[in-house]
Amino acid sequence: MSLSLDEVRHIAKLARLELADGEAEATLAKLNGIFGLIEEMQAVDTDGVEPMSHPQELAQRLRVDVVGETNRRAAYQAVAPQTEAGLYLVPKVIE
Amino acid sequence: MIDSSLKDIAAALRAKTVSAVELATESLARIEAGNPKINAFVTVDHDGALAAARAADASIAAGKAGPLTGIPLAHKDVFCTEGVLTTCGSKMLANFVSPYDAHVVSLLKNAGAVMVGKTNMDEFAMGSSNESSHSGPTRNPWNTAKVPGGSSGGSAAAVAARMVPIATGSDTGGSVRQPASLCGITGIKPTYGTVSRFGMIAYASSLDQGGAFARTAADCAQLLSAMTGHDPRDSTSLERSYDHYGADLARPLTGLRIGLPKEFFAEGMESDVRLAVEAALAEYRKLGATTVEVSLPNARLAIPAYYVIAPAEASSNLSRFDGVRYGHRAAEYTDLNDMYCKSRSQGFGAEVQRRILVGTYVLSHGYYDAYYIKAQKLRRLIAQDFAAALEKCDVIAGPTNPTVAYGIGEKSSDPVQMYLGDIYTVAVNLAGLPGLSHPAGFGKDGLPVGLQLIGNYFTEARLLNTAHQFQQATDWHSRAPVF
Repeated sequence: MSLSLDEVRHIAKLARLELADGEAEATLAKLNGIFGLIEEMQAVDTDGVEPMSHPQELAQRLRVDVVGETNRRAAYQAVAPQTEAGLYLVPKVIE
Repeated sequence: MIDSSLKDIAAALRAKTVSAVELATESLARIEAGNPKINAFVTVDHDGALAAARAADASIAAGKAGPLTGIPLAHKDVFCTEGVLTTCGSKMLANFVSPYDAHVVSLLKNAGAVMVGKTNMDEFAMGSSNESSHSGPTRNPWNTAKVPGGSSGGSAAAVAARMVPIATGSDTGGSVRQPASLCGITGIKPTYGTVSRFGMIAYASSLDQGGAFARTAADCAQLLSAMTGHDPRDSTSLERSYDHYGADLARPLTGLRIGLPKEFFAEGMESDVRLAVEAALAEYRKLGATTVEVSLPNARLAIPAYYVIAPAEASSNLSRFDGVRYGHRAAEYTDLNDMYCKSRSQGFGAEVQRRILVGTYVLSHGYYDAYYIKAQKLRRLIAQDFAAALEKCDVIAGPTNPTVAYGIGEKSSDPVQMYLGDIYTVAVNLAGLPGLSHPAGFGKDGLPVGLQLIGNYFTEARLLNTAHQFQQATDWHSRAPVF
């Protein structure tokens, strides 16, 4: 399981991370080291084993559809980089 | 007075031989003197601490004190604290003053504990050495050239350095137990679902669990009990009632069956660690316990399985950091996508970015079954191994870490080397079981060695009882570093 530079660039795009050109090779080498470790999983046959996503047998708890929270917009937006009129500002998306 | 047990401090507070303000002042003074050398704290909240201490003194005067009222406490910087900087060890949140309290923070505030500050940690809880923090590494108080362990290294160092008697941490792959071991203190990670994750900044949601640090098991029991309980705001928080974890401390260990996994005692453990662990087990036998060999046949697969599942969940959890609602936003960018990429690449350190990339890959189309689902199947096998072993014994014991604390910078160039050190701890998170580490002696260069105890689901009281009885018969836990 050894990735190419192109594959790593693709994953970085999916993850919305920039791979600086100068560092791409070093990052690739470290990632391939980690993938080498992960490859050890293939040593055991897991046919017929149920995947375990969670330590407890739990179903998503539901609650009554009744408003319980208060509107704390001002407090929550106080930590935002840019807001206006209660909206979060981002670069224009639609031309 | 901070060096005394919680029980003794509480008695002194009630008897008014000491005040909460005096305790807080002492704690803050020790932090001021010691933090430049060990960098355990990212934020110290002088004003908040003294205000909370005054309120605690009023509570005590009114006869309303509980066991934690007036006790100085540090929170790992993974917990959101309203009005106080919460950095999670990252540049991404370097200026984030949280608008709300984590559930654990509210519980401890209501219990009257006095928060003195936020402790340093590996960035976004991803690490085993506390070297990846944006605030610089924390240094082990036993030897400031060595790591304290991670990711809760700041909390462990703060308790070891006697700056605070208790501190909170979080444990996803060992991040409470391992620093407890390397710093010579006691740390416990409870059964998954016991401590609410609301407001505990998420790394890997099916593995993360808040935990407790103190010098002794008895004090850990007090702190953990106050952190436990159902919280409807965490959908994985269990709806069950809990007895106080200190209820069973006095039970003698006669008849306790301690399982020793043969895979944990094979190679991998350094000889100095082995000596201390074997001596601790001999002590347990003197206390009336018996040891029996057990097996965890899939133990060696816990590391690769963990390093698929944790990064996968992290890649999803950290996608919320996009420069829009909170956290770092790049100063310059061309469009929205560029803003996301630059903000994230500037805000996250190298290890965090690596784990996001690994996680993104194993969840991506075409690879999901081979990696993520495969890892979840291994997770099932590992949980089944523990269940089978725990039929033959009451608790499982072994080393917490293969080595004592190593030098800062020694393992940071090769991520895989770092990951391999987690060999004894990650399986416990995969299964969701409770695990504890307590001081068991010293190894090379006078550095602490911890013994790990693993129990069945909801057996925290038994683990704490076991460690407490050991601590009644030995004094490793009373040794303090000089730094």
